[in-house]
Amino acid sequence: MIDREQVLHVARLARLELAADEVEHLAAELSSVLGYVETIGQLDLDGVAPTAHVVDVVNALRADEPRPSLPQDVALAAAPDPTAGGFRVPSPNA
Amino acid sequence: MSDALALTGAQAAAAVRAGELAPAELFEAYRARAAADELGAFTWVADETPPAPAPDAPLGGVPLAVKDLFCTAGIPSQAGSRILEGYRPPYTATVVERLAGAGAPLLAKTNQDEFAMGSSNENSAFGPVLNPWDRTRVPGGSSGGSAAAVAAGLAPWAIGTDTGGSIRQPAALCGIVGLKPTYGAVSRYGMIAFASSLDQAGPLTRDVTDAALLFRHMTGRDACDSTSLGSPEEIALPVREDLRGVRLGVPSELTGEGIEPGVLAAFEATLELARSLGAEVEPCALPHAPHALAAYYLIAPAEASSNLARFDGVRYGLRVDGDADLLGMYTRTRAAGFGAEVKRRIMLGTYALSSGYYDAYYGRAQKVRTKLVEDFRDAFARFDFVVTPTSPTVAFKLGEKTADPLAMYLSDYCTVPMSLAGIPAVSIPNGLSGGLPTGFQIAGPAFSESRILDAAHALERALAFDGSPARA
Repeated sequence: MIDREQVLHVARLARLELAADEVEHLAAELSSVLGYVETIGQLDLDGVAPTAHVVDVVNALRADEPRPSLPQDVALAAAPDPTAGGFRVPSPNA
Repeated sequence: MSDALALTGAQAAAAVRAGELAPAELFEAYRARAAADELGAFTWVADETPPAPAPDAPLGGVPLAVKDLFCTAGIPSQAGSRILEGYRPPYTATVVERLAGAGAPLLAKTNQDEFAMGSSNENSAFGPVLNPWDRTRVPGGSSGGSAAAVAAGLAPWAIGTDTGGSIRQPAALCGIVGLKPTYGAVSRYGMIAFASSLDQAGPLTRDVTDAALLFRHMTGRDACDSTSLGSPEEIALPVREDLRGVRLGVPSELTGEGIEPGVLAAFEATLELARSLGAEVEPCALPHAPHALAAYYLIAPAEASSNLARFDGVRYGLRVDGDADLLGMYTRTRAAGFGAEVKRRIMLGTYALSSGYYDAYYGRAQKVRTKLVEDFRDAFARFDFVVTPTSPTVAFKLGEKTADPLAMYLSDYCTVPMSLAGIPAVSIPNGLSGGLPTGFQIAGPAFSESRILDAAHALERALAFDGSPARA
C-alpha cells in the first residue's frame, strides 16, 4: 500500500535519513497501520465539521507589557555550536 | 521510618503538618529507596535533601517523582530520547513549580517511552521499566516509570502525562490510581510536546485521595499556556462511600470483543459491586468509539511530526555530522537521535499531512473526533459517568508486542476515545486477573474531576484492593 519510493519521499519531507533496512521495515509497518486507520474511510462524514481542538477558547490575549526574558547566554547554553551570540549551523551549500 | 513509607501522600503530609514526621527524614528515606531502584523506573534521582517546606504547605514536603518530559531547570529532562540526552533546560514546567510551591519537592525524574510514544515503556532510550508485580512484564506506558515507582513504593506519588492513555494504562497495569484531567485543566508549559491538542498532565498515586490532592495543586490557568483554563472550582477531596443515584453507562463498543476474559470478568464483578453500592448500571452507546483508535493514530502522529520538527541539532540536544551541509546535518541528527517508534510516528504523521493525503487522513480523523465528542455528549445526557476496563489486557511480557506496532497500539483501545473528546477519566485498581492488576476506568464530562474522584473513592473503598505485593 505504501512502497519504498513513498517511504523515501516522506522521509525527505520529515528530514529523516533512513538506512536501507529501515526503509523496508517502514514500508511494511506503515502499510499495516494505514490499512487499519483507513477504516474511517467507511464512515459517512459528509457535512461533519472537523475538531482541531476541544477547548472553546479563541484568542487568549495578555497585556502587551515588556518583561524580562531568558538571558542570551542561558538561552544558548544547551546549543551544540553557539557562536557570536547565535546558533551556528553548517552552510546549506557546504 | 518504614512505617512512614507505608503512608499515602496525603497521610504523610498530614503527619508532617501534625509534627509527627520530619519531612527531611521522609525525603531521605525515599531518596535512598529510589537510588536503589532495580526496576529502571528513574532517569535521575535527587542527591540532596531540599529545604524544609513552609509549616502550612498543603503537600507537607512529601517528595514527588516527575516524568522525564517535564522540564526541570538544571536537571536532565530528556523525554526518554537520545536526541535530548543530557539536556538540562533553563526553566521548569509550570505544573512542577506549582507542586513544589505547594510542598512537593522533586525526588526523581521517571523513565518513559520516548516522547511519550508507547504503551509499554520499551521505547525509552534509557532502557525498559519492569513491572513490580512481575519483573518479566512491562509496566505499561508511556508513564511507565512513574507508575512502577509509585506501585513499588519507591516514591509516594508521581506525575505523568496522558495523550491517548499514558497515565491510565500504566496505572492499570501497575495496580495504582491514574487521573487524566480535562484538556485545559493543567498547564502544558514546560511539558515536552507530543500531540498538543491531546497532551495533559495528571497524577499517578496509591489511592484516589492522593490523586485529588495532587490534582488540586496542579490545575490552574497559566499565562504561559493559552489553552489552559484551570478548573471552575477548587477540587474537592473525595468522601463518598456509596453510589446511590449515580448512573453508570457501560458502552458495549468498549466492553466486548478485544477485551481479555479475565479483565472483562473483573470489570463485570465491579459493575455488580457498583450496583450493590446503589448505582444504576445500564448499557450506553458510543457508536464511533470503535473508530477512535484509527482517528487517534492519524491525529497524534500528525501533531507529533510537527512538534518534533524542533529537534534539528541547532538549539539543544544532539548534533551529528556538523561538518555536512545543513540538510545533511538535520537528517543525520534526527536519524541518530530518534528511536524506531518515534521515527514510525513522524513518518505516519508526515504522510497523513502530506499533499494529496491530508483530506483523506487528517481531515477525516478530525471529523471522527467531532462524532466522538457528540457520542459522549449524548451519553452524558443520560448518565453521570461512562465506565470501561482501562486496558484490554493485563501487563504483557517484555518484548511480546515490540515487533507488531498495531498490536501495541490496541493497548490504547479503551482510553483513546476520552482523549479525543478532551474529557477527564480515572483508572482505579480493579482486582487481579491471573495475579496481575486490572484497571476500572471512570470517565465524565469536562471538568467533572471532583465528581469522578468521589465516585472512584466509593468504589475503591468497597474493592479494598491490596497493592502491597508490588511493594515487597
